[in-house]
Amino acid sequence: MRTPLTWLRRNLVVIAGLGTLAYMILPNVVVTVFSFNNPTGRFNYAWQEFSLDAWKDPCGVADMCGSLSLSLQIALWSTLAATALGTAIAFAMVRYRFRGRSAVNSLIFLPMAMPEIVMAASLLALFLNMGIQLGFWTILIAHIMFCLSFVVAAVKARVLSMDPRLEEAARDLYAGPVQTFVRVTLPIAAPGIAAGALLSFALSFDDFIITNFNSGNTVTFPMFVWGSAQRGTPVQINVIGTAMFVIAVLVVLVGQMVGNRRKKAQPK
Amino acid sequence: MTSAATDTAPPQAPASAEPPVHKPSVRKRLIPYWLLLPGILWLLVFFVLPMIYQASTSVQTGSLEEGFQVTWHFRTYWDALTEYYPQFLRSLLYAGTATALCLLLGYPLAYLIAFKAGRWRNLLLVLVIAPFFTSFLIRTLAWKTILADGGPVVAVLNSIGFLDVTSWLGMTEGDRVLATPLAVVCGLTYNFLPFMILPLYSSLERIDTRLHEAAGDLYAHPATVFRKVTFPLSMPGVVSGTLLTFIPASGDYVNAELLGSTDTRMIGNVIQSQYLRILDYPTAAALSFILMAIVLIMVTIYIRRAGTEDLV
Repeated sequence: MRTPLTWLRRNLVVIAGLGTLAYMILPNVVVTVFSFNNPTGRFNYAWQEFSLDAWKDPCGVADMCGSLSLSLQIALWSTLAATALGTAIAFAMVRYRFRGRSAVNSLIFLPMAMPEIVMAASLLALFLNMGIQLGFWTILIAHIMFCLSFVVAAVKARVLSMDPRLEEAARDLYAGPVQTFVRVTLPIAAPGIAAGALLSFALSFDDFIITNFNSGNTVTFPMFVWGSAQRGTPVQINVIGTAMFVIAVLVVLVGQMVGNRRKKAQPK
Repeated sequence: MTSAATDTAPPQAPASAEPPVHKPSVRKRLIPYWLLLPGILWLLVFFVLPMIYQASTSVQTGSLEEGFQVTWHFRTYWDALTEYYPQFLRSLLYAGTATALCLLLGYPLAYLIAFKAGRWRNLLLVLVIAPFFTSFLIRTLAWKTILADGGPVVAVLNSIGFLDVTSWLGMTEGDRVLATPLAVVCGLTYNFLPFMILPLYSSLERIDTRLHEAAGDLYAHPATVFRKVTFPLSMPGVVSGTLLTFIPASGDYVNAELLGSTDTRMIGNVIQSQYLRILDYPTAAALSFILMAIVLIMVTIYIRRAGTEDLV
């Protein structure tokens, strides 16, 4: 009787951790399984029978793929803008000492330390007061705003850990400031910038609360899912959800493999 | 912020027209401001200015037909607070419970990935991050299937007596889970777990494992090692993880809407319906400011207590 108990106690952390992982993965499993369902009613909440129909015709639902492509466009543009603006801020914050630095620091920190709904509502107050038409542009503006802080945080972490002597060495070898930046600084900072960009793409693509307030009649993919929760969820939503999960896992795994190979190629 | 804006005011054009031989130091000193300018301007216009507009909205009176006017009607705040304090309390209770559960569930997994995973570490990290990329609304809807009445999960919870405990706590009613506080807390916990696990993992990963060995050599029991060495060293992760979980959870309305009922409405649901359905903008603005104030005050006290400065 003692051995199973000791074994349990030894592996308590592993068991609890894997339990949490199961809790985290369970909805994804359900989404995947129910993408092969053939529901009878409007709602895809109960298992009926196996069917490949939704996978054969993922865009068979009116407006869904349109909302998907809109979300991808918004995520792409806001990622580009937020990454450019955020990287510049991160470099300024790490590399320079200037007046108003702590004020800038808290201005960047605040959007992350505030419930999303407060920002969503205040942006709506601005747009309403100024009489700005809600739609694509207001969504884009909002997404750039909240992605910015996360990019700054990600890039800052990387730039902070950079060895400034590498850039000094480049300058000693008569590289100009532009050359130093492009050939030395940027490649070293790239993983941080990539992490920030990936994070802001995911945040923008998945954002619901801020978009819900500032989209007007424009329907992004999360808005489409939200609406379908009331009207009846088509199976195709599960197909998209499954595809997103698989693509995300593949992208991250490939990224890590490339990273590992680089690490191996570099002699220490 | 203001000093950054005024210091960038000196025009750049003449400096670049002349060769910058005379005052290279001035140009150099301006570089950080030029780097900051676009991003900070964006935040000033689309983050700070909206707050000011919302502040002004909250002291307006009027109606949608006649238009709203700033009348410094501060009573809106008092009325909003007295009418909706149950939703405020509920939000803090649900968000607090979800944060505690996230810490309880997330710590073992973060610990596992940091110290015991070995070559599985990367795979486990991917599995923690991957949900970020799948629409969280789809995953939250999946909980409707999982927690369905009479489904296997509810049946198991019922047979082991779990639901008796939660009903006694007022978290469930009868043998239902959907449309109860338990379902909302379960959804909140699930949605914000990655925000707890990642900071925990990154602070645990930094711990030198030789400290564990040293503690073991000094005859410390594994539990003592955890209590005296590991946990204190992971405090920065605990603090930022709890903040990253509690803050968004307190303003969330998606879980309460999809998994709860009218009895589980949180303050986010109220703000959302005031702004987007009832169109009572002053009350909505006041509610949103009260929420912000509560969160900022709680966070400030918490950070003081926890005593960590490095959050991001």
